[in-house]
Amino acid sequence: MTRRYLIIGTGAAGMAAAERLRLTDPRAEITLVGEEPHPFYSRPGLAYLLLGHIPEGQLFPRPKDHFRKLRIRRLHARATWIDAAAHLVGLHDGTRLPYDVLLLATGARAARPQVPGMDLEGVVTLDTLADCRCILRLARRARRAVVVGGGITALELAEGLAARGVETHYLLRRDRYWGRVLDPVESRLVEGRLEHGGVRIHRRTQILEVYGRKGRVHAVETNHGRLIKCQMVAAAIGIRPRLELAITGGLAVDRGILVDEFMRTSAQEVFAAGDVAQVYDPQSGEHKLDSLWWVALEQGRAAADNMLGLARPYHKGVPFNVTRIGGLTTTIIGAVGQSEEDQDLVTITRGDSETWRDRPDAFAVEASAACSRLRLLVGRRHIVGALIMGDQTLSRPLQDLIGCKVDIAPIRERLLHESVDLCALILEYWERWKEPRVAAQP
Amino acid sequence: MGLSDLFRRDAQRRQALAQAQVVPQAVRCVQCGICSYNCPLGIDVRAHAHSGRPVADRHCITCGECVARCPRGVLRFEACSVLTLDAVDGGR
Repeated sequence: MTRRYLIIGTGAAGMAAAERLRLTDPRAEITLVGEEPHPFYSRPGLAYLLLGHIPEGQLFPRPKDHFRKLRIRRLHARATWIDAAAHLVGLHDGTRLPYDVLLLATGARAARPQVPGMDLEGVVTLDTLADCRCILRLARRARRAVVVGGGITALELAEGLAARGVETHYLLRRDRYWGRVLDPVESRLVEGRLEHGGVRIHRRTQILEVYGRKGRVHAVETNHGRLIKCQMVAAAIGIRPRLELAITGGLAVDRGILVDEFMRTSAQEVFAAGDVAQVYDPQSGEHKLDSLWWVALEQGRAAADNMLGLARPYHKGVPFNVTRIGGLTTTIIGAVGQSEEDQDLVTITRGDSETWRDRPDAFAVEASAACSRLRLLVGRRHIVGALIMGDQTLSRPLQDLIGCKVDIAPIRERLLHESVDLCALILEYWERWKEPRVAAQP
Repeated sequence: MGLSDLFRRDAQRRQALAQAQVVPQAVRCVQCGICSYNCPLGIDVRAHAHSGRPVADRHCITCGECVARCPRGVLRFEACSVLTLDAVDGGR
């Protein structure tokens, strides 16, 4: 009998699940429902569109007839309710979609600061392609913009607006940028690069109110009583999983939709994956959120396998991301958390992992050069986290050493020695570790 | 351009390919398409990056544009054996 698979959400997790379902079950009836009118696009690529590094057409990685070729029905609609007992999903236009197995991949949306004036035209967040188009349209006329928030998205906005010739003011609530993940040296390095790129940073500053004229942003008032005249306010204070649909179906939720190792929610035949899913991690015994592209793809595929009844647990690897912050290529792997509270973010941000905030039982060792920085978190037997900024020579070696939990006992003492050349030591150890594995490859 | 020039260019290209090819690490790729956009030969590098397949395209001149432009460190040059040239696939 033909099984009916229904996927709500057309982002990375939903798309990966649909493709995996088709690959494994050629006869399945697959329906993908999403609110966005565009074909599948690279959401992380929006940052490069803002910077002017790529045209919009480049964001779409799949051919136009992709869904038709895969025989996937794509509906442009908003799902408004679930009846998990009756295996039904309702759409905004009153349509009722029956399903045998349902996947919720509804993603997350940007949180908005709770200050007056956030509904004015000119206040923007960066969630979707439509948001990005709106920012580019506004930036053509704007002379000055104020950016608030933290993490990767706030810098994407600040750098993007500055690149478009808008005088950009970046407000930090405390003394430095991204204090939960970066250490003070790393924060300063990024801030210096931003300032060099023309972004004006205001520390210990927050917005009290956004003022408008004729419905448009005109100025912001800061906690220092200063009025900054501007035409745009860009906010990136974090993202919140879109839980409304799951709640209508009575699914168990916390910060996200709670799922087990098989991506199953609390309701029969209902799965969740991607930014909306708060996934059980057997190692820590906790449910965690991730908003990483690759994790969303893997979760989508894992959900699809389990929707097909293959009973394959999702094994979360060590979360890592490579991105550019302040124009510096930066790799973050594993647990690198700092003790400092981050008041610029109220939740997780895009391209982020809750695991990074973990403060491991480990020694931090570090090395710095002009525009490069290496910080390792050295545990008893393994390196448990690393942050590599600038020179990326160690990005892949550390990804292997941390991801594969390589025993570092032979070099641990030297690693902790102050005068050691960290880069040379790691590289040499990794090459020795890698050699027999390369030789064993067919 | 004479026939001998063509042969010489082809030999040079094959030599370059024999020494190194562009190898992606799919787990880093966010499919932004910067690599494909900057390829002077119009190779769909992104498709290779997403699937993790080396850019074993007969048109690749290993110029390094994609490697240098990728903001996520997805692509790198890796030495490859002359024998693998038989597997050059066109890749488009």
